[in-house]
Amino acid sequence: MYQYDSYDQSMVDARVAEFRDQVQRRLAGEITEDQFKPLRLKNGLYLQLHAYMLRVAVPYGTLSSRQMRLLGDIADKYDRGYGHFTTRQNIQYNWIKLEDAPDILADLASVEMHAIQTSGNCIRNTTSDQFAGAAADELVDPRPYAELLRQWSTFHPEFDYLPRKFKIAMIGSETDRAAMKLHDIGIQLVKNDAGEIGCKFYVGGGMGRTPMIAPVIGDFVPPLQMISYLEACLRVYNRYGRRDNKYKARIKILVHEIGADEYRRQVEEEFAHILTLGLEPPAAELERIKGFFEQPGFDANASDDLDLSDPDFALWVDQNTHAHKQTGYTIVNISLKPTGGIPGDASADQIRLMADLALEYSFDELRVTHAQNIVLPHVKKSDLYTIWQKLDEAGLANANLDLISDIIACPGLDYCALANARSIPVAQKISERFADLGRQRELGELKLKISGCINACGHHHAGHIGILGVDRKGVENYQLSFGGSEGADTSLGTITGPGFNEDGVVDAVEKATDVYLAQRTEGERFLDTYRRIGMAPFKEAIYAKETANG
Amino acid sequence: MKIITGNDLRTGDVIWWTGQGWSRLVNDAVAVGEDADAIIAQENDKQVVTDTHVIDAETTSEGVRPAHIKERIRALGPTVRMDLSLKPADPAAAKWVI
Amino acid sequence: MVEQTLRYRNDEPVNDPAVTVATFADQSNATAVRIEPGEDARALLPHLDRLALVEVNFPTYGDGRGYSAARILREHGYAGELRAVGDVLIDQLSHMRRCGFDSFAPEQPIAAEAAEKAFATWPDVYQKTVDGRPAIWAKRHPA
Repeated sequence: MYQYDSYDQSMVDARVAEFRDQVQRRLAGEITEDQFKPLRLKNGLYLQLHAYMLRVAVPYGTLSSRQMRLLGDIADKYDRGYGHFTTRQNIQYNWIKLEDAPDILADLASVEMHAIQTSGNCIRNTTSDQFAGAAADELVDPRPYAELLRQWSTFHPEFDYLPRKFKIAMIGSETDRAAMKLHDIGIQLVKNDAGEIGCKFYVGGGMGRTPMIAPVIGDFVPPLQMISYLEACLRVYNRYGRRDNKYKARIKILVHEIGADEYRRQVEEEFAHILTLGLEPPAAELERIKGFFEQPGFDANASDDLDLSDPDFALWVDQNTHAHKQTGYTIVNISLKPTGGIPGDASADQIRLMADLALEYSFDELRVTHAQNIVLPHVKKSDLYTIWQKLDEAGLANANLDLISDIIACPGLDYCALANARSIPVAQKISERFADLGRQRELGELKLKISGCINACGHHHAGHIGILGVDRKGVENYQLSFGGSEGADTSLGTITGPGFNEDGVVDAVEKATDVYLAQRTEGERFLDTYRRIGMAPFKEAIYAKETANG
Repeated sequence: MKIITGNDLRTGDVIWWTGQGWSRLVNDAVAVGEDADAIIAQENDKQVVTDTHVIDAETTSEGVRPAHIKERIRALGPTVRMDLSLKPADPAAAKWVI
Repeated sequence: MVEQTLRYRNDEPVNDPAVTVATFADQSNATAVRIEPGEDARALLPHLDRLALVEVNFPTYGDGRGYSAARILREHGYAGELRAVGDVLIDQLSHMRRCGFDSFAPEQPIAAEAAEKAFATWPDVYQKTVDGRPAIWAKRHPA
């Protein structure tokens, strides 16, 4: 993993000192809330429904055991014993006191972490593939490029007051596990026929109230021009993105309104100019960073053999592990979606346990996924059974990865000041309704995503089944949609029709899965069947009037 | 009736205007009527409360009930973590917000 | 007005009133111009040699277009005074300086000492811009 040098450390330390001063000024009454709010937001400190909430950045979703352990300790020391992992690979604490916030940032800085730019109209934390550096299908390890991007975007003086927030995702595999095309910028590292690496830039995607899939703007930008190209993309957006209407201010609206071709033309023009300025870090810097992401010391003699005689273990291995590029190793997905639980929440003890497992069995590394789970990226297959037993004891061995109960859900109206309806209770009821793992596996891959408002933090547009909570005259109401997807076949969901109450939407989901089971052909997922047969059969089942004897 | 709520500047706790000061219990909230703006201005100046706002509420047999579900959830706590709410011993309390 | 301006240049202040971009185009003897957020700084590029003062207006601190305007002017060689005016707050000063501003006329006056402290917030910088400070990557890899 990347390790700070004295430059990186002094930057986060300076930030802690600056924020400590700002908090003191606020508590002493020297600055008003109006003046203070943008400052605290730049440090990820929101005022939510019940208290302050602190969002801590997990750069490209990668953590060491020491960092993870500290996240658990912060939950105990400053919060109420738990944290919430988010769809942007970050962690949030829900019960923070303003007077503690500078100390928390200081604790984070002691393990090379921070909350910089986790809010505000600036470049947010870059997300990436949770299997980076481990996946069998990886073309290029995206992490060194994401780290380069982290440094470039940190305290960027020109792009701190953009029209709206700006989210970048970076991947290096053919399989997109980071919902790249639904970001303001998605960068895919690709190789050309000559074997050279290039950056494919997708610009202008996003969810929110106007979901859009990003078009390709840059086909093959050389890696040593990536920063310059980003400068060009951002400068065009900063100058011409709409500022008259908050809801039309994201870059997707600019690209949509002027068209991808015109946006590309402007970016190319700016890019040509920027290339003359020498803004790009040299090759030596990329090489220096790459040095931190060398392959760990795998045991070349590790075996792929696995004793699967314990059926529960066998199920978990089948569902929750993923092919590793190294023989004898695998990638472990730890589900934070227990039946009836809160998606993405983990207790301080669970967080520390995962840290311990990473230290002992995964070369000191963990990842946070955008699906709100945790990954141990480099696990020897011979250690799997021990790990599974320890996870099981801690309630972390639910074998439901990518199944209907592996639900993405935003905090919703239980915590969030922006929400219109609660998300978590719906997730809990669905996971209870489908608690039987055999039934879930029969349904196969089924990505269900719930947002408690139009901002779509729960990615409902990209759910095979999506649920959006709305406020209908003060009463929670849930809109259902089908057909969203976030990978290589990115698509946006279509609303089924009138909304439901909480129990009604759970029933409707169940009816939809019945239609799927009745109509599917060999090998089809829910999404495939929906795409083949369309909305009508689902709609008919969901909105059918109860019969007289019903 | 109109009541005033906000968050404690230091702790972030949800608090309600009682006529003399601030309480964490919504049942301590008092109707403010025409005085709301003056109270908010005066309290904001003290720099102990933040995000002050006036909301609609009614008095019921169970006490003060904010009109909107968001404010009722603020008054109680997260319905999915009743152990962290203001009524951890009352399993039915979550029904109150709906 | 002038006494509230924080200025980090050694030359004499320009006292010409700044004209709008539209007026500037028609007025061949104007030496000072004021850019509003929606205006294109590139329109001034053909006339940089006769400009002594460019004011960039920030009607609200959250409108960040002026940062790009400033950098574009500096990147094309503008060496005159570049003044941020309007809703210019202490917490934005350091970024503005990095984008090429060398004078500030905030609506709410800022003490010179406070400004110095703001400029010193970051011991180093991650990006190369137009302020001459070496980026951290350049320090890591001296030529």
